[in-house]
Formats: sequence, C-alpha cells, structure tokens
Amino acid sequence: MLTRWLGALAAVALAVGLVMGFGVAPREASQGTVQRIMYLHVPSVWVAYLAFGVVAVASVVYLWTRAAGADRVASASAESGVIFTGITIASGSIWGKPTWGTWWTWDARLTTVAILFVMYLGYLLLRAMIEDHERAARYAAVLGIVAALDIPLVHFSVLWWRTLHQPPSLIKPGAPTMPPEILAALLVNFVAFTLLYAYFVAKRVALLRREAEALA
Amino acid sequence: MTFARRAWIVLWKDVMVEARSKETLNALVFFALLLLFVFQFALGPDRERLGGVLPGLLWLGFLLSGLLALGRTFLVERENDCWEALLLAPGDKSAIYLGKLAGNLVLMFLVEAFIVALFVVFFDVALGAALPSLALVIALGTVGLAAMGTLFSAMTANVRARELLFPVLLLPVEVPVLLATVRATEAALAGEGLGGVTHWLGLLAAADVIYVVVGVLTFDFVLEG
Repeated sequence: MLTRWLGALAAVALAVGLVMGFGVAPREASQGTVQRIMYLHVPSVWVAYLAFGVVAVASVVYLWTRAAGADRVASASAESGVIFTGITIASGSIWGKPTWGTWWTWDARLTTVAILFVMYLGYLLLRAMIEDHERAARYAAVLGIVAALDIPLVHFSVLWWRTLHQPPSLIKPGAPTMPPEILAALLVNFVAFTLLYAYFVAKRVALLRREAEALA
Repeated sequence: MTFARRAWIVLWKDVMVEARSKETLNALVFFALLLLFVFQFALGPDRERLGGVLPGLLWLGFLLSGLLALGRTFLVERENDCWEALLLAPGDKSAIYLGKLAGNLVLMFLVEAFIVALFVVFFDVALGAALPSLALVIALGTVGLAAMGTLFSAMTANVRARELLFPVLLLPVEVPVLLATVRATEAALAGEGLGGVTHWLGLLAAADVIYVVVGVLTFDFVLEG
C-alpha cells in the first residue's frame, strides 16, 4: 500500500518535473533546447550516487546483523543505481554530441561514472552467479563495501588524469548562478527522481521477499 | 599461536608448495614472455613509437600476469581438498588472508622482475638510475593489486564461471592503481625522479592501506562457508 502511494507520488512529481523542465524553465541562451537534458541528467547522477551509498550502508548492516532485509535493500539499490548510471551516461552522451561535438570523451567525471557503471555491473554479476543465497549476500556485501571505498580513489585518480567537464553549477560556495525557474525545475526533478528511486527499491525489495518466501 | 605466526605458516606453506612444484611460476614466466611477443607483434617493431607507451605496456603485462596468478590463490586449496582445513584453522581468518597476500606478493615480485628484465632486453629500456624509483612504484602498485586480488580470489573460488568473474570484479576496482602506477612509472622511466608525482604515490599508498585493511576486516565473512 505504502509502495503504491510512493509510486503515485513519484509519477506526479515526474509529471510536474516534465512540465517545469519543458514549459516553465526558459530556453538556455547559449546551448539551446539541448540544455534541458540537464533535468534528466543531473538528477540521475545524484540518484546513482545515492543508490551506491545505500548499497554500502546496507552491506555493512547485513554483515553486522545478517538481516535478510538489509541484503534485499542492497540488491535492489544496486540494480536501481546501475539503471540510473546508465541513464546518466546515455543522456550525457546525447547532450555531449551537440555541445562538445563528441559522444564520448575521457573527461574526469564521465570516466568516473563509467567506472562506477562497470564496477556495479560486476556486483550484479557476482550476485547472479552464486546460487547459494546466503553466500551471495555475504560476498556481495563485501564487494559493496569495497566498491564504495574505491569511489574516492577513482574520483581523485581520474580527476588528476584529465578534466574537461564544466564545474558543478549548483552546489558550490556562494549563491547559485542559475535563473530561479531553471533552478526550480531542477530541484523538482531531483525530488521526483529520488521518489522514483525509492519506489523502485521498495518494489524490488517486496519482490525479492516474495521470491524468498516462495522458495523457502 | 600468535596472529603473525599463523600468517607466517600460511605463507611458508605456499612458498614451499610453489618452490617444490614450480607450477605457477614456470607457467607465469612463460606467459610473460609470450605477452612480450604479443605486444611487439601488435604494435610493430618501431622502437620510437613503442617508447611512449612502454609504461602502459609494462603495467598491462603486470596486470595480465596478475589476473592469472592472483586468480589461482585459493584454487590450490580446492584442488588439493584443503579448503575445509583452512576453514578449521583456529583463530582469526584474516591471518590466512595476510599469509596468502604475502605469498602472492612474493610470486608477483618474481614475475615482475622477470618482465622488467625482458623490457630491458627487448625494448632497450635504460634502467640505471631509474631503478630505485621504479622499484618503489612497482612495490606500491603490486600491493594494491594483490590485496584486492587475494580477496576476490577467495570470493570467486567457489563460483562456476570463476575465470570470467575474477577479472570482471578486479579490473574496475583497480583503475585508480593502474592510472597512478602508469603515471609514476612514466616519470621514473623518463629519469625525472618521483618528485613530480608525489600526489600519485600518495594515492597509491592510500589505496594500499584501504585495500589491505578492508581485506583484513572482511575476510572472515568471505571464508565463512
């Protein structure tokens, strides 16, 4: 029931986000309509990082308490995280072609997200390849912790390797430089995507619980 | 028995087994030689062009040999039916991890020394003054590689598609180590010393500490059953 409300809420928020992004927010002067991809791109990458953070916390909780619920949250969150990372990369590519003139470049943040993508694909692969549930949960939890601790290392190494991406435009010292309509549209989409992620996780966790009950 | 003594026994056992059978080392040395041929054939004989990519090639060699060597860490125990004995070993399981890690480091250092020697001969790398800084970079990088390799090897030892899963797990995690070592090796081979790459060395040291600590802390969970 709660999940259904969460889903409805996410749908409404997404609809409002769409209207805000395409209707209310003004057309950006230098980039044109392409800039509106930001309303999809930036919330997706935020949700991806949130999801991988949740994986790490749930993994620690699982190893600590051995609660099957924590493992299900980790599994569901990793799946959602990979999806949103994929959306981030795809939308970034589509934005990059007209703006940077190339689908892909080994820019620092692009590379970081790409590495996260393959890292957590490996995580899902590990889960899929181990038949014993309890062992899969244990190994996945270890990998979930390793991967989270690796993120800062990946971030700095890739940053020093090269950088081209524009600096973060929202969270930085001083007042945001965006027009209020664009900022509002972006914030609404942040909320909408976070709700969508929560809905995905809740739905997946419920599904995994039923699966476990059916198999038991 | 103290923690250090138990780790030492695991290391001693592995070194002894390897010294008597030379199974892994022989094959690895041969593999390293083949890699050198493959690099040469893939990139052509032009030494000028090869010069720029030598640090990358060197670490590609270490990485590929590492995938083979590290992936086998716990295979020996399975093949010889020693897995249960490992589980029965008294005390903290992380001693086994450190022993296995030390054994892997010995093996990797031997193979890496051989690969460096091959590079000196075939690619005409002038080591000389660069040797101490190169050795430092290789030592730091190898610890990072082996620490995660040993942990993941234990995790994949009981999986059917082990040969596939092990590199798929290890390679993304090791990206920072690879980026750092290649840059630092470039500086070392260019004879610039390591003064300009201290941030990379710091990153490597941080990675080593994080990987080894995580390995020690989580190994108990991996070797549970």
